[in-house]
Amino acid sequence: MQLITCPWCGPREEVEFHYGGQAHLAYPDDPAALSDEEWAHFVFFRDNPKGPFAERWSHAAGCRRWFNAVRDTRTYEFLDVYPMGQSAPEVAS
Amino acid sequence: MTTPQPPGAHLPDHPDFLWRNPEPRRSYDVVIVGGGGHGLATAHYLARNHGITNVAVLERGWLAGGNMARNTTLIRSNYLWDASAAIYEHALKLWEGLEDDLGYPILFSQRGVLNLAHTEQDVRDSVRRVEANKLNGIDAEWLSPDEVAKVCPIVNVSGDIRYPVLGATYQPRAGIAKHDYVAWGFARRADEAGIDLIQDCEVTGFTVDGDRVTGLRTSRGDIGCGTVALCAAGHTSVLLDQLGVRAPLQSHPLQALVSELLEPVHPTIVMSNAVHVYVSQAHKGELVMGAGVDSYNGYGQRGAFHIIERQMAAAVELFPVFARAHLLRTWAGIVDVTPDASPIVGRTPYDNVYLNCGWGTGGFKATPGLGWCLADTIANGEPHPYVEPFGLDRFVTGALVDEHGAAAVAH
Repeated sequence: MQLITCPWCGPREEVEFHYGGQAHLAYPDDPAALSDEEWAHFVFFRDNPKGPFAERWSHAAGCRRWFNAVRDTRTYEFLDVYPMGQSAPEVAS
Repeated sequence: MTTPQPPGAHLPDHPDFLWRNPEPRRSYDVVIVGGGGHGLATAHYLARNHGITNVAVLERGWLAGGNMARNTTLIRSNYLWDASAAIYEHALKLWEGLEDDLGYPILFSQRGVLNLAHTEQDVRDSVRRVEANKLNGIDAEWLSPDEVAKVCPIVNVSGDIRYPVLGATYQPRAGIAKHDYVAWGFARRADEAGIDLIQDCEVTGFTVDGDRVTGLRTSRGDIGCGTVALCAAGHTSVLLDQLGVRAPLQSHPLQALVSELLEPVHPTIVMSNAVHVYVSQAHKGELVMGAGVDSYNGYGQRGAFHIIERQMAAAVELFPVFARAHLLRTWAGIVDVTPDASPIVGRTPYDNVYLNCGWGTGGFKATPGLGWCLADTIANGEPHPYVEPFGLDRFVTGALVDEHGAAAVAH
């Protein structure tokens, strides 16, 4: 079990958190204009990198707020934690 | 009365070398990326069923050292949907004759599987699945709690636990096999047919000409190819990124663990989706257990301890007799999970590249069936009917095979 730093509550144990998958996915600006293939990619297709990955987490058993994190999927180490709405930081992999 | 024997006394001796360790040639008709169960089975059936032997299997590490060495070896075909039932039942029938086909012991033990129901909804879903299985010619029964206790006396069927056992589905033909021997058996046969099994050979890129891949860049030099089959399980996304192809895959650690060796106490396989543990007893005597995947994406081949803790809590409630068993070791395999909990097999945007991935937590049981069908797909250039429903295009057409209910572990 590792400590995850909630931007509002500070370091808490991993069991308090809920994973939300890839971060920075925006709903299409013009949904009616999307082809079936583009919809499929919006609904089903996500990045799956081996290395740093920007993703969403929620402090489900604490303040219950969502935030973003960059985490290394090889080591599971959190490289950065930042609020929703902020763009992904550059991190050393 | 038989003479008592120490655990493992009936196991075969370790074999001598079963395959060559060749240098890669400059090119092959078929290059299979991934030397796990699926890659090796595909190689075997290419040679056995189609006479195609100018084949290389490229393995980044050592043969069958990834998920093949890390899984819980359960084999069953009690899936809900017709498409899944077809491929897994095809595999199960092949498992039943595999020892003869390979000429090698695989210790396939058809001890049956119980899938427990703990809620009224579980009961309804389970009975529905039993009926669906019967319609597909798959052996399946619905058992009451008392009947569950007859099949597996150590299951706690009392009504006073947190999630009482309300019954179970039972597939008597389900079983386990010795995963290493399965891989070695396939490898030996493929090698005998002249297929090159090349270990310590990581694919680092592809050479592309229009709609075709003409070669693979590897840590052991460039290798030309007629056809490529990707069989890299949890690492398939890494390969597809090099090809510029996206697939709806997420790689997660799936943990498993074994206890110390125990006397034979557990005669079957027990799975519980609701309290979330599945248990069998290995031939030597370890209790082999698994649960769901860790929630986050990961390639680290280990997972979080709290997952194990929950799994142990579920196991001890269902099997009070396990309370004093010691945990021997834990590990994780990296499973590639899809949005509909079903594999992706078949075409890619490249004419001569076939995809086999997304088996999530269920790849081992499909090993011979997938190998058979993927070899057929490669030989004929058309998806075999059993894998045709599992094409990548289903995520665009919407013809999903939503198998979450029968996967028996949370994806």
